[in-house]
Amino acid sequence: MIHAIAAHELRRMMLSPLAWVILALIQFLAALQFLNSVEEFMLNQPRLLNYENPPGVSDWVVAPVFADVAFMLLMVIPIITMRSLSAEHRDKTMSLLLSSPVSMTEIVLGKYVGTLYFLLIMVGMICIMPLSLMFGTSLDTGKLLAGASGLFLMLAAFSAAGLFISSMTNSPAVSAVASFFLLFALWLMFWLNSGGQKLSGVIEYISLLNHFVPLLQGSISTNNAVYFILFAVTFLVFTVRRLDIQRLQG
Amino acid sequence: MSTLLKATQLSRFYGDFQAVKNVSVTLSQGDIMGLLGPNGAGKTTTMDMLAGNLAPSSGNIEIKGVDLLDEPKRAKQSIGYLPEQPPVYRDLTVDEYLRYCARLHGIRRQQIAGSVDRARERTGLVDTGRRLIGNLSKGYQQRVGIAQAIIHEPDVIILDEPTVGLDPIQIHEIRELIRELGTRHGVILSTHILPEVQTICNRVHILYEGRIAYDDASTAQQTHPEILARFNRPADLDSLGGLGGIIEIQSLENNGYRIIHSNNPNPSDEIARLAVEGKWGLLELTPASPGLEQVFLNLARGEQSSEANTDHEAEKNGAAA
Repeated sequence: MIHAIAAHELRRMMLSPLAWVILALIQFLAALQFLNSVEEFMLNQPRLLNYENPPGVSDWVVAPVFADVAFMLLMVIPIITMRSLSAEHRDKTMSLLLSSPVSMTEIVLGKYVGTLYFLLIMVGMICIMPLSLMFGTSLDTGKLLAGASGLFLMLAAFSAAGLFISSMTNSPAVSAVASFFLLFALWLMFWLNSGGQKLSGVIEYISLLNHFVPLLQGSISTNNAVYFILFAVTFLVFTVRRLDIQRLQG
Repeated sequence: MSTLLKATQLSRFYGDFQAVKNVSVTLSQGDIMGLLGPNGAGKTTTMDMLAGNLAPSSGNIEIKGVDLLDEPKRAKQSIGYLPEQPPVYRDLTVDEYLRYCARLHGIRRQQIAGSVDRARERTGLVDTGRRLIGNLSKGYQQRVGIAQAIIHEPDVIILDEPTVGLDPIQIHEIRELIRELGTRHGVILSTHILPEVQTICNRVHILYEGRIAYDDASTAQQTHPEILARFNRPADLDSLGGLGGIIEIQSLENNGYRIIHSNNPNPSDEIARLAVEGKWGLLELTPASPGLEQVFLNLARGEQSSEANTDHEAEKNGAAA
């Protein structure tokens, strides 16, 4: 049942020009960053030979591209998730789901997994560029994989927050703006933290970027992966609760 | 006849406002029940609760003996619901949409194509499978909404104002469809149009300000059948009243009379005979559904006068501005 809703969600997303425009623009911007990084690597390559353990092409190219994409998607994910629940409420199509033999959890998970399918396509397309380097050089696939999974985990966390905000309002525009501010605030906490004196451990833990950077550097630690999963699960539970309350209070 | 749906003492609050007050409804196989009421009577809220879209503040609902609140997934398998606005995705084709609905209702993959075809056939959508729902007319979108509600052959079909906004031909077709559905399923439909109830429903509840104001099951024994008679010239009330089984005669405008009788014997033959003998010029002699029209008209009049008041106030406010 979750898959039925998710497939429907992906299909409807792909029917709207918005999804294609987003895919194209993200790909274009990621490509610019990619070319830029490759060029920088080429320029610096002779000097790198002097180091004992020089950073490889994966560090020079893959990490910056993924970091860039993550920041761009901070702004774009709210646009992807804005419609998912608020438009169902606005267009009164929610009652189709509500009168079907499907639980609230299945509805929310279906919507969420549908968004994840879309993100998989996006991350997959972005990964093609670094993979193309394999024609000319050897690539640290472990680092690439770590970076890609880190990116995906982070986007998955973003989308859960976006989905929750989308359940709060009937207006997709309000949903997009509110989700953006929520994500941006969580992101900024990293900068607060790096301002010199140590802030409290809670803020340090909450900040999204804090957990993303190590993944980019190729180290997948349970601590960081668990953070993103907890983040997503928390917002999904909020969303289910929110829909339950709506059914109770109307 | 088995009871398909049983709702007892449903109430629903929106904040402090109580939209539905102690409404009880039962539905059996073969019933087409009309839930009649003026706008704002609580029809949609009641329908939403029966279909599991809204949780009642108190009361409980059983669908085929399964509690809707305790076991929503099992109970909802037997419900098909068409809300006031059909829940269609305008960017899908009719086929895509109905396939999705079939999957949501747990129809097996191999049977989906058959179910979609059958639902389309029953709702007259055979030629529109590949068209985008957003490009269909309102009447056809309504049909898609009904197709969605019947695709899984549910025992209880709940239709909220299914004929609103349709042209007369479409209304006729939808009514025919509902009548046909009523032979195999139990149907509840809400409407604010009295003739609609009289033409297609075999059971009626009138809802007014959140209460059941009229319930055929409990009222039928208490009220007596009526005949509406109209003549060219005034009738002789004494000789009419002298007929056997006449309980009361009310005079209406234009020489019309509402004759309440005990149905044993049915006095219509005698009334016709008297009219011929007395040369009253018989224009109309119709059996009226007892009490229904009267109750509804009283309610409607009450609503009109209150509406007139608010109009008046609005005017005053407008003038003040």
